[in-house]
Amino acid sequence: MDVLAKIYVTLKESVLDPQGAAVSHALHALRYDTVSDVRIGKYMEVTLSAGSEQEAHQLVRGMCDQLLTNPVIEKYTYELVEA
Amino acid sequence: MKCAVIQFPGSNCDFDAVKAIEATIAQPVDLVWHTATDLSQYDFIVVPGGFSYGDYLRAGAIARFAAVMKEVERAAADGRFVLGICNGFQVLTEAGLLPGALRRNESLQFRCELTELVVANAATAFTRHYQEGERIVIPIAHGEGNYYADEQTLRRLQTNGQIVFRYAQGCNPNGSIDDIAGIVNERGNVLGMMPHPERAIHSRLGSEDGTKVFTSILQVWRETHAAIQS
Repeated sequence: MDVLAKIYVTLKESVLDPQGAAVSHALHALRYDTVSDVRIGKYMEVTLSAGSEQEAHQLVRGMCDQLLTNPVIEKYTYELVEA
Repeated sequence: MKCAVIQFPGSNCDFDAVKAIEATIAQPVDLVWHTATDLSQYDFIVVPGGFSYGDYLRAGAIARFAAVMKEVERAAADGRFVLGICNGFQVLTEAGLLPGALRRNESLQFRCELTELVVANAATAFTRHYQEGERIVIPIAHGEGNYYADEQTLRRLQTNGQIVFRYAQGCNPNGSIDDIAGIVNERGNVLGMMPHPERAIHSRLGSEDGTKVFTSILQVWRETHAAIQS
C-alpha cells in the first residue's frame, strides 16, 4: 500500500521558541490582542509504500526518531492517509 | 601528530582549519572527503564550520549520517582528539558525540563578530595552555548557536567540568544556557564550540587567542605519545 505520512514537528514545551515569540509580538502589533502564544514548527509530507498499516507506522516512527526530528529539542505527531 | 579536516558538501571553514593547523603547530594535515571510510591514521580530527548539506532539515542533521562520521565516532571512542567548530559542533551534537542541541539564536539574527569568552576549564587537552578564567577574543559566525541541554544534562556538564568556554558575562550572543560557548565530552577528547579558534591565530586576523587550542592538543598528544614509547 502507498501511504502519505503527514508529519508535524514542534519544539518541546520546555524549549523557548524565539521565532514564535517574534511572530506573537507582530500579531499583537496588528492588534490581535487575544493571541497568547505562537509556536512555530515544521510540516513534512513523506510518501512511502509499506506492506501493512502497522509497518507504515513503524517506518514513519523510525524515520522521525532517527533523522526527521532531534529528540533533544523536538517532538512530533503524524497521521497516515492512503496515497 | 597526523591531522584530518573533514569536508562535507557545504563546509566552508575547511581550508581555514588546515591553514590554522599548519600555521600554529606545523603538523601534517589532510583534507578528507565525507565519503572516507578509514581515519585510523589520524590523531586529531577537525569537523569544520560551514553549512553542510545546506543546513537542510536541521544544521548537522544530514552530515551526521555521512560515511566518514562512523570513523569520527570510532576515533572518539579510541580517545583520539576530535574538534567540532561551529557547524562541526552542530554535527557532533546531532551525532550524539556531545550532549545537547543548538537552536536558532534567540535574536533570530545571524551573528558575525568578535566575542569575548572566558576559559571555564583550563585542564582539558584543548585548553591547557590557557589560564582558568582567562578572557579571550574569538570570532563567531552563526545563526544557530543557541546551546540547549535539559536541566539534568546541564548539571552534569557543570559538575564534570565539561563546560570549557563561556561567553563573557553580558556578551552572550545567542541565548545559550549558562552562557555556554563550548563543551567537551565526559572523557575530554571531543570538544565542540561555536566560536572559531581557527580564525583567531594571528593579530592581523583581529586576534591570536585561538592558537592555544591547537598548541594544547599537540602538547597533550606529545606527552601521551612519549609515554607510550618509553
